Amino acid sequence: MRDAVRSFLEKECPPKVVRDAWTNDTGRSGLWTRLGELGVLGVLAPEAHGGFGGDELDLVLLLEETGRAALPEPVVEHAAVGVPVLEDSRAEAAAAGDVTITVAPPSGLVPYADSSDLVLDGDRFVEPRTLELRRHESVDGSRRLFAVAAPHTSINSASLDRAALGVAAQLIGLADHMLAMTVEYAKERRQFGVPIGSFQAVKHHLADVALALEFSRPLVYRAAWSVAHGDDGRSVHVAMAKARASEAALRAGRVALQVHGAIGYTTEYDLHLWMKRAWALAATWGDAAWHDARVGRAILDTDPAREEQ
Amino acid sequence: MDLTFTEEEEAFRAEARAWLEANVPRPPLPSGDTRAGFALHKEWERALFDARWAVVSWPQEYGGRDASLMEWLIFEEEYYRAGGPQRVTQNGIFLLAPTLFEFGTEEQRDRILPRMASAEETWCQGWSEPNAGSDLAGIKSRAVRDDANAGWRLSGQKTWTTRGAFCDRLFGLFRSDPEAERHHGLTYFLVDLRAEGVTVRPVERLDGDEGFAEVFLEDVFVPDRDVLGSVHEGWRVAMATTGSERGLTLRSPGRFMAAAGRLADLYRRHADDGALDADPTVRDTVVRAWIDADAYRWQTFWTVTRLMDGRRTGPESSLVKIFWSELDVRLHETALRLLGSRAELVDGDDGAWMKGWQFALSGPIYAGTNEIQRNVVAERVLGLPRR
Repeated sequence: MRDAVRSFLEKECPPKVVRDAWTNDTGRSGLWTRLGELGVLGVLAPEAHGGFGGDELDLVLLLEETGRAALPEPVVEHAAVGVPVLEDSRAEAAAAGDVTITVAPPSGLVPYADSSDLVLDGDRFVEPRTLELRRHESVDGSRRLFAVAAPHTSINSASLDRAALGVAAQLIGLADHMLAMTVEYAKERRQFGVPIGSFQAVKHHLADVALALEFSRPLVYRAAWSVAHGDDGRSVHVAMAKARASEAALRAGRVALQVHGAIGYTTEYDLHLWMKRAWALAATWGDAAWHDARVGRAILDTDPAREEQ
Repeated sequence: MDLTFTEEEEAFRAEARAWLEANVPRPPLPSGDTRAGFALHKEWERALFDARWAVVSWPQEYGGRDASLMEWLIFEEEYYRAGGPQRVTQNGIFLLAPTLFEFGTEEQRDRILPRMASAEETWCQGWSEPNAGSDLAGIKSRAVRDDANAGWRLSGQKTWTTRGAFCDRLFGLFRSDPEAERHHGLTYFLVDLRAEGVTVRPVERLDGDEGFAEVFLEDVFVPDRDVLGSVHEGWRVAMATTGSERGLTLRSPGRFMAAAGRLADLYRRHADDGALDADPTVRDTVVRAWIDADAYRWQTFWTVTRLMDGRRTGPESSLVKIFWSELDVRLHETALRLLGSRAELVDGDDGAWMKGWQFALSGPIYAGTNEIQRNVVAERVLGLPRR
C-alpha cells in the first residue's frame, strides 16, 4: 500500500500541485477524496466503518509518503488524530474523505479550519463556524492557519502522541526528499569543471543528513509500534521521534539550501516548498527542545526507573 | 515489524543476566591494555568461554551457542548492563573470525577458532603502516614466495597495533605481488608473533596504557596454511573484516546504553547536590545523548531485522561507525561537564569518565577515520561522484 500511495503521489501531487496550493482558495491539493479511496484517510478506521483497519505502523509509512510529496492537506490532523476518535455516524464519511477533520494543537493555530467540516478541540468535535477564528499566514503558504480566539480546551495526551508521531513521519519524508533532490543536483551541477558533489565539503554535508535520517527514522517506527501496542513508554517514544525527526528535517533543509546555492534561494525553484513545510512542521506539535524536555522529565526526574526496553 | 522479544529470547536474556550478575569481576579489572591487566582479562575470557558465553553467535562446535543476531544483541546489552569487562579477544572474535567463517578453510577454522574464543591464543590486527593509514591500499610490507619451504617470507612494518605487545598472533595484509598496485596483489596472512624475525615495540597511548605496538618483520616465515583466502586477493578478504568492524559486531548498542544509564545516574547525583546551577544547559546534553543511545539501539534492531530477512549490510555500516564513535565522545564529554573541576581526576569512582573519554577520542580515528566514512557514505550510499 505504501508503494501504491507513493506512485499515486508522484503522479498526482507533483511540485506544481504543492505550488498551486499557495495561491488557490483552500491551500489544498484537490486530491482529498481520492486519498480516501486509496485508504490513506481511513487507515486507522476499522473496516466496519469503511476504513483500512490498520495500526500506527501502517499510518507512519503512509504519512512518510505524504511528507515526501509535501502533500498540502490536513492529513495528519484527519487520519492520525481525528478519525481514531470520531465514533458517531460521521465516522464512515471521514474514513472515505467526504468529511474533513482538523485539530486545534496546543499552539491554538488550526490548519485548514476554513475548509474543514469538524475541528477536534480538546476532546470534542465542533464545527468551525461555531469558533471565532482569526486567519494567520504561515511561512508555508499552503498551510492556511486560523487562531482559535476563544480559549480552547487542552488536547488529550493520546491525540498529542498521534499528532506528533504523524508529523514526525512527514518530517522524515520531507527530509528524505530534500536529500534526494540535493544529491541529484550535486551530481549535475558543475563548477571548476567537475560536479560539485565530488567536493568533500559537499559530500560531508550530505553524509550528515543521511546520518540524521538513518538514526531518526527507526525512532519513528518504534514510537508507532509503541502507540499501536499501548506501550507504557509511548509518549516518551513519540517525543524522541518528533525531536529527532524535526532536527533531521531542519538539517536536510539547511544543507539542501547551502548545496543548491543561489538557485535554492529563489521561489522559482521547488526546494523552498519542502523546506518551508519542514520549518513549519518541525515547530508545530512541539519542537525538538520541547520534546527533549519531555524525555528529560521521564528519564532524569524519576528515580532510576530506566526503561529496560 | 515486531518489537516484542520471543519467549526464547527472554529466557536467553534471563540466563545471561543471571550468569553475568554472579560472575562479572568485582571490583572491575584493571585495563586490559596493560600487561598485568591483560593477563587478568585472559582469565575472564576463559571463564566466559567455559560457560559458553564468549562467542554466543558462533556454532556450538567452536564454543558458541548458535545464537541468532538478535540473541547476540541481547547478550551484548546484558554484558554491558552488568558492567562486564572490555573484551581483549575482540579483534579475534569480532574482526578475524567473521573473515575465517567466510574465507577460511575447514582446517583453519578448526585449528584457530576454539583457541581464539578461549583466549588461549590472542589476536591483533596488522593493517596500518607508517605510510598507510586512512589510505590503507598504500601498504608496502611485502611477502616473498618461499617455494622450498611451502610458504612466504614477510618483511616490513605494521603500526598502531592494539595490544600487539601482549598478543600471540597478528592478522594483516602484505604485498605479495610487487608489480600490482594499490588494492591488487595483496595477500591476507596470519602471523605468529613469536616467530623468528618479529620484533614488537610497545607504544604508549594518549591514555597512558601501552596498548599500541609497532611490529617489525624481517624475513618472517609464514607457512601456506596461514594464508587466509586466495593469494593476491587479500583486499577483498580484508574488506569483509572492516565491514564487520564498522558495522554491527564491534560496538553493539549495549555499551552505549549502559554508558547513557551511568550518565543519567551521574546527572541525578549532581542535580541532588545542586551542582548544576552554573551549567543548566548540560541537562539537555544529557537527554540528547541518552536519546541517541536509544536511537542507536533501534537502528540496530531495524538493521538486524533486515539482515534476518536475508539482506546484507554494505556501505551503510559507515553510517553506524560515525554515529557510535561520535556518540561515545558526546557521552563522555557530557559526563566531564557534570564533573566540573573534578573532571581531571583519573582515580576514584568517577575517574573512569576521563579514562573513557580518552578512549572515546580514538573512535572517530580508528577503523577508518570518520572523514573517510563520510566519503564512503556520500559515494556508496548516496551515489555522489568519487572525483
